[in-house]
Amino acid sequence: MEAAVIVTADATVEAQKQHLIDPEICIRCNTCEETCPSDAITHDARNYVVDAAKCNACMACIGPCPTGAIDNWRIVARGAAHGVDAQLGWDVLPPDDAPATAPAVAATAGAVPAVAREPRGPGATVPPASAAHPQVNLHSPRAPARAIVAGNFRITAADAASDTRHIVLDFGATPFPVLEGQSIGIVPPGVDADGRAHVARRYSVSSPRDGERAGYNNVAITVKRVTADHGGRPAHGHCSNYLCDLAKGDAVDVIGPFGDTFLMPDDPAANLVMICTGTGSAPMRAMTERRRRLAHGEGAGRLMLFFGARSAAELPYFGPLTRLPRTFIDVNLAFSRTPGEPKRYVQDRMRERAVDLAALLADPRTHVYVCGLAGMEEGVLAALADAVRAAGRDWDEAWDSLRASGRLHFETY
Amino acid sequence: MSAIDYGERIPNNVDLAGDRALQRALEQWQPDYLAWWHEMGPEASSSLDVYLRTAISVEPSGWANFDYVKMPDYRWGIFLAPRDEARRIHFGEQAGEPAWQEVPGEHRANLRRIIVTQGDTEPASIEQQRHLGLTAPSLYDLRNLFQVNVEEGRHLWAMVYLLHRYFGRDGREEAAALLERRSGDGDNPRILGAFNERTPDWLAFFMFTYFTDRDGKFQLCALAESGFDPLARTTRFMLTEEAHHMFVGESGVARTLQRTAEVMRELGSDDPRAVREAGAIDLATIQRYLNFHYSVTIDLFGADVSSNAATFYSAGLKGRFEEGKRDDDHRLGGMTYRIVEAVDGRLAERDVPMLNALNEVLRDDFIRDSVAGIGRWNRVLEKNGVAARLVVPHKAFNRRIGSLAGVRVSPGGEVVDEQTWRLHERDWLPTADDRAFVASLMGRVVEPGRFAGWIAPPPVGVNRQPIDFAYVRFG
Repeated sequence: MEAAVIVTADATVEAQKQHLIDPEICIRCNTCEETCPSDAITHDARNYVVDAAKCNACMACIGPCPTGAIDNWRIVARGAAHGVDAQLGWDVLPPDDAPATAPAVAATAGAVPAVAREPRGPGATVPPASAAHPQVNLHSPRAPARAIVAGNFRITAADAASDTRHIVLDFGATPFPVLEGQSIGIVPPGVDADGRAHVARRYSVSSPRDGERAGYNNVAITVKRVTADHGGRPAHGHCSNYLCDLAKGDAVDVIGPFGDTFLMPDDPAANLVMICTGTGSAPMRAMTERRRRLAHGEGAGRLMLFFGARSAAELPYFGPLTRLPRTFIDVNLAFSRTPGEPKRYVQDRMRERAVDLAALLADPRTHVYVCGLAGMEEGVLAALADAVRAAGRDWDEAWDSLRASGRLHFETY
Repeated sequence: MSAIDYGERIPNNVDLAGDRALQRALEQWQPDYLAWWHEMGPEASSSLDVYLRTAISVEPSGWANFDYVKMPDYRWGIFLAPRDEARRIHFGEQAGEPAWQEVPGEHRANLRRIIVTQGDTEPASIEQQRHLGLTAPSLYDLRNLFQVNVEEGRHLWAMVYLLHRYFGRDGREEAAALLERRSGDGDNPRILGAFNERTPDWLAFFMFTYFTDRDGKFQLCALAESGFDPLARTTRFMLTEEAHHMFVGESGVARTLQRTAEVMRELGSDDPRAVREAGAIDLATIQRYLNFHYSVTIDLFGADVSSNAATFYSAGLKGRFEEGKRDDDHRLGGMTYRIVEAVDGRLAERDVPMLNALNEVLRDDFIRDSVAGIGRWNRVLEKNGVAARLVVPHKAFNRRIGSLAGVRVSPGGEVVDEQTWRLHERDWLPTADDRAFVASLMGRVVEPGRFAGWIAPPPVGVNRQPIDFAYVRFG
């Protein structure tokens, strides 16, 4: 998966603060466009957007905005700013940096001024109480770890539109300890059109801590070949295409690991509710595989998975998933583009299972993980809230408790 | 030029001190204005400390200064956008000539009429809203109401300055009359119909600021194109303030819908009675409010065929919305525009000379802008899993001005007879019962961070303050 925060290959100048307008709060009054001395703000019938190539952060538009929608900033890799066309298609802003990943940015993006606002998210900023202690930032962009491709397998159907791959990287004698839920950064070789080193992209590991092949020093990631942006327009994802085209035996530069909150509990009795779409399934696969290998019988916590994709053919790991015993994991699939059937999203499945979901959420040993496109956050939260309320409990209280005890985690992009 | 002199009794960036006669005239009008504010301004508000923004210059960095202010001490003043020496008239018969810095004699009566009509709406809306502070759903909303009120007051100042500065004795008399008319008064009402309607509750206030202040935006945009440069510069700066008013409306209705949708979800029901019993405003009632405010507001654009509109345009007094961005000849001779009228019991379209249809052109621009925001309201419902949607009524619905006046048309656009209209009026427009119900929800909430049960909190506070900030302090 390609994460929201991009770790940069060059430590000094690669990151930039991009100015964005929140389409959910903006009332399209035109004041900012009128005010902007650089003509950086433009609009269509849908959105007002800022052209990162023209905006010089002079702040002239900030005071006059009547709504506060204008005052949004995201750290992005230089050259990877959200384009005007992509912004015109947004209904919501992309997520702000998750607190867990902020140190990685701070460590590598020295040129970025301090972000004005504290990162706020719907999820916890602390890991589960029983989580193992994670190692982070062992390998920096200046001294990446070298891995060898041990395998590159297509895991969506051969005739499916999306090409998603399960790529196994072997670190040989180089230490690269990861926990389920952590991510690693891939640095594509060469330089971009401007002569700068390519920026690193982050991918959640989809293998458990003891390796894709148990006992080996290897890590699996799940990569979707990016051929279009979030708005469906053609776009060439440099890093994802590089990875998808790798052959067995190729060498890859890897940095990380990253992430110290989106981690699974080590308590074998803990329940896991996993909600994901597309390649957001990577950390869920890692956690599921961890639990499967531990093979606890009596007293083991429950696993409940809500997994969405456009169709069964595009669902990563569809085959292996359907072969897992129902007693081990409660799998709920949602397909949004099955011909002849109504669109179904993970939150629809969650609503159908509201009673069981609420029962799990009432258990203080239940941990919830959400991974996928940023747009899913709100719907998932609403479905969780409804399930809890329908069971006669107060959602705000439950939500606070989940966050405070590190039992609700989001990784969206 | 843009620095505002706060050392003066009347803050201004027009070198008022350099024109002693004008300064004296405005200083005589000022106490009358304050007397009017005390009598007709926000009720029981004089001693409150309100977290308001005040312009300290017309530069972007200077006109959103936030601090606590007692409203009668608000620095109402005269602010014009910076002058562009090279500005030329860019539409009408005199297109290409330098913009006027003084009033041309032949346009004097029409310009005065335009300015008085615009100016009259400003105090009118304050009068309409004067009781709302007593039932504010939160301190945040109370502050937003007061911000709207003081800025409408400043817009009155903006128009009064033009009247005093450019229209001599006639102008001074008109300026005095602006403080004498009263919204809804049988003997001396405000000039335009919508500004004599009541704004009895907060849902009506939000609808008013969404729709009727948006009419203000379009009128101001059209005047900001004017060949009379002081009018263009005045309205240009007013527009920056007007945006906040539309924000209050758009976000207010969105938050009302958010709460309604939450209640519907909690109840698992879309039964309006159940929603009402749970203390939220049912969607049907919100739709009827929308129908009312929308139809009343689009009447404000005037008759669909109007020789005055043609005169104002051809003379270079009042342009179209975004005149500068249109790529026609900006004279419009020989062009046509399609209007809707009722013929033999059904609606039909007819092409008329565009110059005569400029009110309709502006109305249609307004409609497009309004519809986009209603689409955003519907997204609130969609996100909350509510299937129902708000619908924009047909533009012939409930009209009282122009060729559609008095024609009975359903919100769906079907011409109906009087009996059908009477039968369905209660489904289409707010009833006394609706208004009584909404009024029953209106209780004042003044604890910081608390909101009345019928409305959701906003996503962000004002000027990055937290939601539970004390936006208004009570003495």
